[in-house]
Amino acid sequence: MDIFLLEAVLNGVMFGGLLALLALGLNLIFGVIDVVWICYAELVMCGMYTIYWLHAVYGVPFPLAAVAAILLVALLGVLLHRIIIEPILGSAPINQLLATGGLLFFLQSFATLLFTTDFRNVGIHLPSLELGDINLGYARILAFAVALVGAAALYLFLARTYLGTAIRAISQDREIMGLMGVDQRRIYLITSAIGGGLAGLAACLLVLQYDVHPFVGLSFGPITFMICVLGGLGNMIGGVIAAFIMAQIIAIGGYELSVEYSEVLAFLVFIVLIMVRPQGILGK
Amino acid sequence: MLEVTGLSADYGSFRALFEVSLGVEAGETVAVIGPNGAGKTTLMRVISGLLPPHSGTLAFEGRSLAGLEAHRIVEAGIAHVPENRRLFPRLTVEENLRMGAYMSSARARFVERRGWVYALFPRLEERRNQLAGTLSGGEQQMCAIARALMSEPRLLLLDEPSAGLAPLVVQQVFDLVRRIREEGFTVLIVEQNVRQVLELVDRAYLLEAGRIALGGTADELKRSDTVRRSYLGL
Amino acid sequence: MNRSWIIAGVGLAALALVPFVASPYVLHIAVQILIFGVIYTAWSFMGRFGLTSIGHGAFLGIGAYTTALLWNLYGVTPWIGIPAGMALSVLLALVIGYPCFHLKIVGHYFALVTLALGQVIALLVIAARDVTGGSLGMTPTQVGESIFAFQFPNRTHFYFIALALWLLVLGVWYWVGYGMRRAALDAIGEDETAAAAAGIDVMREKLRITVISAAITSLGGSVLTQYLMYLNPETVAGVGISLQIVFAAIAGGMYSALGPTVGALLTLTLTESLRILFGTHFIGAANTIYGILLILFIVFLPRGIMGLIEQFSLFRGTREKESRLPL
Repeated sequence: MDIFLLEAVLNGVMFGGLLALLALGLNLIFGVIDVVWICYAELVMCGMYTIYWLHAVYGVPFPLAAVAAILLVALLGVLLHRIIIEPILGSAPINQLLATGGLLFFLQSFATLLFTTDFRNVGIHLPSLELGDINLGYARILAFAVALVGAAALYLFLARTYLGTAIRAISQDREIMGLMGVDQRRIYLITSAIGGGLAGLAACLLVLQYDVHPFVGLSFGPITFMICVLGGLGNMIGGVIAAFIMAQIIAIGGYELSVEYSEVLAFLVFIVLIMVRPQGILGK
Repeated sequence: MLEVTGLSADYGSFRALFEVSLGVEAGETVAVIGPNGAGKTTLMRVISGLLPPHSGTLAFEGRSLAGLEAHRIVEAGIAHVPENRRLFPRLTVEENLRMGAYMSSARARFVERRGWVYALFPRLEERRNQLAGTLSGGEQQMCAIARALMSEPRLLLLDEPSAGLAPLVVQQVFDLVRRIREEGFTVLIVEQNVRQVLELVDRAYLLEAGRIALGGTADELKRSDTVRRSYLGL
Repeated sequence: MNRSWIIAGVGLAALALVPFVASPYVLHIAVQILIFGVIYTAWSFMGRFGLTSIGHGAFLGIGAYTTALLWNLYGVTPWIGIPAGMALSVLLALVIGYPCFHLKIVGHYFALVTLALGQVIALLVIAARDVTGGSLGMTPTQVGESIFAFQFPNRTHFYFIALALWLLVLGVWYWVGYGMRRAALDAIGEDETAAAAAGIDVMREKLRITVISAAITSLGGSVLTQYLMYLNPETVAGVGISLQIVFAAIAGGMYSALGPTVGALLTLTLTESLRILFGTHFIGAANTIYGILLILFIVFLPRGIMGLIEQFSLFRGTREKESRLPL
């Protein structure tokens, strides 16, 4: 096999890990609360800006800035649910999607107001691992590893703890959760916090590889939605699988065609697959 | 123990309960019987907090339950086994039991509690790691009751436990309820299977079109003409 | 009946006078309000019946780029280019719409599929940058005032073209909105299964409304390009413009004929006022406010400004029967 194709495939695998992390957060929110946060990528952007601001501007050590970012975005998730979603929880789901669309506008523009449209870099450049002719950036490898750890942690949390089990249960029958002594509202808020936290974690990983700017969300937001729908909206395992598939399409497509056409291809594949199997790969 | 006075409640846009009054003493087993659509399930849901009442009072062990959300009512000591079982289909039997024991007080005693429940329901212990959605109807009913018992309730609400089950299984379920009675639980049971339930309980109420039409001991109801004609087919 | 005709007549007369009393700047804004009004109204054809698309930028972009590219590359007159764009948009709408409706993809699934559609077009434009100029955009080759080239630097001329187009679209709105067709669409919006059981050809009605929406949006995109003489993938495709369309339609009120145009009035005056007030210091201020407003409208005023006005029985006589859909 062409060595550079192999490099593309490997990069695709690692990119897939990152996309999978993003998809997990979105799928968690959708699976549990049944809403689509169309501004999810913009929450990630907030995390990225937080790290930039703390680390690149104020010199806070990266690990601290990372933790701060995760906590901040988790808080944003809670606020998003409390202020925007809760009041309209009973109305048509599309309204909730559109309301988060308003937040998308708001976050993008607010970021523009604060930071202008300049591309900002956090200033951390990790070297590359050289395996023969293949170059794999350590930032990529780290992102992949952390994403895997994050996914594993999420899995353990959902499978082994009372809270995690309750979160799984609520997506299966929300009406009777009260009969279990579970405060439904609290579960939603906690889930929102976790969803936000996952976005914050993704931000930490993305910021090591990409510049941040107010519209950076547009680079990976739509793709994340496609991945979630492709895997079956709300289905976390499906999302992970779909993430790796999409990442490979983009990686190999980027190698054979061009980066931009590879994305066009990815979206076209999505549209075709959805027509063939609208409930997604692992949807019910 | 449980005192319901003048309770009225709506189901959607129409009134389902009209000034219903009933009572359950500690240790008793009481049934609410009546035809489909009489409001029996609505009554259960109001007591357990899933549905807010329109007017009337609801008191449990002297404390008013007015305005309490469902999860608080569980904490107060009332457990509701809903109509149609309502297990979490993609959780295992044991995970369902865990959900029943979600309350912090129950959580602390989970292992002990689980042991007691498995002793009562050995079939469930065999299937503890099986997904609840794959259980048979009778097993699901047992699991649902077991789940409710995990929270160590003082009052157990059973909503149509025999619904949709084969006659032999129905018998098993009622035997189970008998055993629970013997353990000393207070039970309020809503049933359409009048003949069997009247053999089981101490007292019963007849709910028709949202109103209490009759109330008395099980024997009194068994002998009542209304019940005999309309519900026992005699 | 009489009163509403008189009001309409007076309104029309007032609109016709605008180019003669307004400053060039206000006229410039007015033309855009009309064109965007057409675009937002086109979206609302689908939106009001429960088919919420967040990818209408796709049709806008197809219309805009088809017309501009045919002209720049092959000298094809927009009089052919515009219908060509509409045809392509209609084709796309059918290709996507048929499987979607057949498979009963609705609600947020549908919205996300439309999002993908918008992205495909935007990304395609960027990827083909040799031809389209990519993110930097492109300008149609200018030839001055020419009917053949559909270029009318004279604003007054363009104003009347835009006005005619706007009136045409309002006409289509009423045509769709009355009679059995409307009842059928309402029924579909409320309960598809029941509607199908009642014998309504759900697929055909939904496709018809989608095709109309796509065609007019494409038309709007082409005309907008011919007016502004500039286009780039951000302003005509992509998530941003798609969401802006949704916002304007909801804020103005997508259930009434004039609602989307009110939305255009709102968005344009907001952008311009902010630009005048803050200059370039606060780029992004407009969208910040749009964002907050969209949230507030969804929560408190889902039927938009026109919905609010209609409640105060000002236009009770001319108001169409309300649709009882979610929102």
